[in-house]
Amino acid sequence: MLGIDEILETNEMIDRQHLDIRTVTMGISLRDCAGSGATEAARRIYDKVTRSAEKLVRVCGEIEREFGIPIVNKRVSVTPIAIVAESSGAEDYTVFAESLDRAARELGIDFIGGFSALVHKGFTAGDARLIDSIPRALAGTERVCASVNVATTRAGINMDAVRRMGETVKRAAELTAPSGGFACAKLVVFANAVEDNPFMAGAFHGTGEPELVINVGVSGPGAVKNALRSARGAPFDVVSETIKKTAFRVTRMGQLVAREASLRLGVPFGIVDLSLAPTPAAGDSVAEILEEMGLSSVGAHGTTAALALLNDAVKKGGVMASGHVGGLSGAFIPVSEDAGMIKAARSGVLTIEKLEAMTCVCSVGLDMIAVPGDTPAETIAAIIADEAAIGVVNNKTTAVRIIPAPGKRVGDTVDFGGLLGTAPVIPVSGGESGTFIARGGRMPAPLGSLRN
Amino acid sequence: MRAIVTVIGRDRVGIIAEVSGALARAGVNILDITQTVLQEYFTMIMLTDISGFEGAFSGLADLLGECGERLGMSVRIQREDIFEAMHRL
Repeated sequence: MLGIDEILETNEMIDRQHLDIRTVTMGISLRDCAGSGATEAARRIYDKVTRSAEKLVRVCGEIEREFGIPIVNKRVSVTPIAIVAESSGAEDYTVFAESLDRAARELGIDFIGGFSALVHKGFTAGDARLIDSIPRALAGTERVCASVNVATTRAGINMDAVRRMGETVKRAAELTAPSGGFACAKLVVFANAVEDNPFMAGAFHGTGEPELVINVGVSGPGAVKNALRSARGAPFDVVSETIKKTAFRVTRMGQLVAREASLRLGVPFGIVDLSLAPTPAAGDSVAEILEEMGLSSVGAHGTTAALALLNDAVKKGGVMASGHVGGLSGAFIPVSEDAGMIKAARSGVLTIEKLEAMTCVCSVGLDMIAVPGDTPAETIAAIIADEAAIGVVNNKTTAVRIIPAPGKRVGDTVDFGGLLGTAPVIPVSGGESGTFIARGGRMPAPLGSLRN
Repeated sequence: MRAIVTVIGRDRVGIIAEVSGALARAGVNILDITQTVLQEYFTMIMLTDISGFEGAFSGLADLLGECGERLGMSVRIQREDIFEAMHRL
């Protein structure tokens, strides 16, 4: 029989250290919903999403109850809408976002991802229309998330797309000015986007995915931090081993839930995303793990090294615990969603430059960062270009989810509520990047992409 | 199907009687019991076989939740698989 200490340890991790399944995300192909006529295509999209994910929330509720483990979010990702909508003849794709939004409300899920386009090498007509529609689509809906992939290691960086995304982010912020530019919290600009990411706002159902799929994202920064308490003062070899053990347990739980959900929904299991995803709740912070390693605050010198070790150990511990690992897999550093990051950004110890360095060694990129509302579109585009370069050269996913909060200045705060948290407005470089961004064209793929 | 019942709270008379009585009425067979007192708190773990329970798992969870309320303790039931997944290769 299991030991009493093992049972109590598991329940302690769940009850006090915020261990949970962060998301069970059902990927749904909408390729069969394309067709002539926007109204008909939008109706098909609504019907397919609501029919396919009909049981998602109920089944996740049953699993939560039986295993005693919270499943925080139930979500849906769909085929990039630029592909589905292209043959509809519509000029404005907002109608498709509205259809997805209605479906999400009907299903009782908080976010649906896939108002997306993949334009790393160039735009089709549908891609261009989708990007033009993003600000209105996000401002006019509640639960729809958008993402655009502007670069890959194989294709290089589409600098025309980078420029357009700088403008798109600004426009999305302006259209949702009363809520602090909330639309930007639902918009991710990627380099090397993955097809099976279960996390919002960047989830979409890639074209290489099956008809339906279940992807699961685990979490547990609190459990990792708690485990590290027992290793205070120990060398980094011990720190790494301790994180690996915790990551293994957390991921095994994720695998179990993924298998159960897949079985009960009759939908194939895709991947478990080996992630450490924080929330604004006290004790559920990635920043606090880095501080537990001995830094006075996240952002202090040593932060990049600490994060690199954390990210590596999470993967090493998690990979043996799941049959299929995928998604973004690594530690997330969304500033507004992590109490430790919020505190450090507010005090000025954590700067955008340090965050950029951190993105070289962790899961994604500049995430949920609020900058002054008067930041020019070209500067936003240049920030995207820098992140894309990091991703392309290092053969990893990077992303930018940035909020130029209208009317806000450095030192102000933007409150998004719920899991999206609170973002202190932090400064960007005072230098200008307009002439650089105006060049457009494509930055060629790096030499490292020629691996055949 | 096997499940773990965890009972935690201040020690008092009749805890085992109350919980095992509720389980017996529900058709749940107790396979093993471990108990200890940790930091003044009574802690009991029961390994059970719930195949004899007719109805949804949530019904059993509700039943034990009510049992906990009567005792003024935390009583919960979880499928054994989650602990096996986390602690056994």
